[in-house]
Amino acid sequence: MMKTLFTVAMAAGLGLTASSALAQTVTSATLDAIKAKGYVQCGVTGGVPGFSAPDANNVWAGLEVDYCRAVAAAIFNDAEAVRYTPLTSQERFTALSAGEIDILSRTTTWTMSRDTQLGIKFVGTMFYDGQGFMVRAADGITSALDLSGAAICIESGTTTELNAADYFAANSLEFNTVVFVDQDEVVKAYEDGRCDVYTTDSSALAAERSKFADPAAHVILPEIISKEPLGPVVRQGDDGFFNIARWTYFALLEAEELGVSSTNVDEMLASDNPAIKRLLGVEGDFGTPLGLTKDWAYQIIKLVGNYSESYEKHVGPSTAIGLARGLNALWRDGGIQYSPPIR
Amino acid sequence: MNAQVRTEMAPALPPPRRTSGLILWLRQNLFATPTDTVLTIVGALFILWVGPPLVEFLLTKAVWPGGTVEDCRIEAAGACWAYIGARFNFFIYGFYPIAEYWRPNVVFALAALLIVPLAMPKAPYKLINALLFFVVLPVVTVVLLGGGWFGLRPVPTDQWGGLLVTLIISYVAILGSLPLGILLALGRQSNLPVIKTLCTAFIELWRAVPLITVLFMASIMLPLFLPQGTSIDKLLRALVGVTLFASAYMAEVIRGGLQAIPRGQYEAGASLGLGYWQRMGFIVLPQALKHVIPGIVNIFIALFKDTSLVSIVGIFDLLNTIQAGTSDTNWFSPHQAVTGYIFAAIIYWIFCFSMSRYSMFMERRLNTGHKR
Repeated sequence: MMKTLFTVAMAAGLGLTASSALAQTVTSATLDAIKAKGYVQCGVTGGVPGFSAPDANNVWAGLEVDYCRAVAAAIFNDAEAVRYTPLTSQERFTALSAGEIDILSRTTTWTMSRDTQLGIKFVGTMFYDGQGFMVRAADGITSALDLSGAAICIESGTTTELNAADYFAANSLEFNTVVFVDQDEVVKAYEDGRCDVYTTDSSALAAERSKFADPAAHVILPEIISKEPLGPVVRQGDDGFFNIARWTYFALLEAEELGVSSTNVDEMLASDNPAIKRLLGVEGDFGTPLGLTKDWAYQIIKLVGNYSESYEKHVGPSTAIGLARGLNALWRDGGIQYSPPIR
Repeated sequence: MNAQVRTEMAPALPPPRRTSGLILWLRQNLFATPTDTVLTIVGALFILWVGPPLVEFLLTKAVWPGGTVEDCRIEAAGACWAYIGARFNFFIYGFYPIAEYWRPNVVFALAALLIVPLAMPKAPYKLINALLFFVVLPVVTVVLLGGGWFGLRPVPTDQWGGLLVTLIISYVAILGSLPLGILLALGRQSNLPVIKTLCTAFIELWRAVPLITVLFMASIMLPLFLPQGTSIDKLLRALVGVTLFASAYMAEVIRGGLQAIPRGQYEAGASLGLGYWQRMGFIVLPQALKHVIPGIVNIFIALFKDTSLVSIVGIFDLLNTIQAGTSDTNWFSPHQAVTGYIFAAIIYWIFCFSMSRYSMFMERRLNTGHKR
């Protein structure tokens, strides 16, 4: 009897060592669960134009949706292996920590308190947003510093209001607001001419502008007065999955930087550039340490495209939202999107 | 004697002009008293003030299906019905895969086929019909919409949406809350202390919290209590939450009906040797429920509209699909959102008004002389 017990204990001990040795390379409970269920569960907005919204075929589309598709492409070689959970801003973090979703990609601003207190990890910044001002072109205003005393339509009780108050105080401008409780009311009031200025995040400004009868009659001023880095979020405590999430984001940027896109990725397989060879898995194996295959980034680029492709398709100047790259351009093009080297 | 005796009746004169026809109707209904006159004039002015711009916006200047987004973007354009036409499928089916639309369509058709004869008192085979509608239809709906059986492609509930989900939630909540409400109402009147306390506690608990709280609790708190990885379907959670919530209200309305039944009715039943359930089923409940039809239908209508609250927990019911539709960049135009909301209002109105008319019909039909 004793002997049997001992053998069992030995076997269990051996099993444990074996699994912990494996764990040294890749442990990700989340990845295992995702592979078992066959899809990535991705939390999105209830509909924010350009970021995540149902398209004409009733399929989720947008910059942040493309990120989820990229993760699915890296894991499954299938960008459509994603299920979407639309979340309100109140329930988004609970849904993530309760394990209802694997990735939260829902216009979530990266702040210190969220990163350190909610048991979540921000992967990176998919989109550098910030609060801006829109005025009527006929008013001839070219800078936010000319806005002293102008009537500003604003949503009450938001950080938008506080940011604007701070900015006006810091620049000794007269702060004159017309306050509303609802975003739609704010837009309506600005449209009806009850105030001269409308302020909110610049991506939302651009989206609202494109709904106006004559979008060309409104200008968005160049000043951005707040930092709103929007990025995907994963649960804290699963470093393996965090790595996948983070390097999926970097792969999108690296592909753009190296000029690899969904259209030319197959030709690029034959490229002599060592950086491209590493990215596409022709040389070296950067996928296995992530728990993925060697061609993980190739799959992302092939099935989803690089960062620039997603940006131009969903929020770029040629779309209805019409946002220039600005801060979201690559570092060498005057923006701050930057990927560490893949090597 | 040549007396003046008429041999035939004199033809009846028409009544004075002012006491017949249109003028009479106007005098009686619109200008009966000085107050009425003032109200009529104010009302007429109000209609003249609101009516023309409304008709202009909704009809004459509206962009009808076939129009383009450019037509909707013109400053003078009215409601953008073309947008509703283009996204109609989204509002009805949500994210349901387009290739599988026949499945919700079959469910809609079955429901319509079954509910029409069920609602007509004279249609035959009531029992079979009711069984089909209340027992078979839910099963067929789950199998057909959810898929996974008989080679049907599985469609998880997060892809169900639009009017489909609104109707599913209303159907389940209405069908679930009525029997549950009856049981709770009977339980609250029970002589058995345990049952009475439990039922009272249940009713008071659910009535004391707002539906939004219940939904938040179901969708946000519940997952935190469950072990990680086990997740109950979000739609199912909302269904259970809404049904339990409605049943508490239903119980109180039905209890009102029970209290209106004189004690003699209960005693008469008992003296006939009927057991508790026979007494309730044959004597008390038929009378009590009849009394409270307006109250019950009130709850049904409120419930149908309350289903729109599930949008705050991220379920794509009709209202939420309409809200999400406003983010459709292909149809960005000044009246995109307004048109969507008007469309939602029309659909809600059609359903609620039908329910209200049908309940009035039932009340008249079941009227056996108690009505005052």
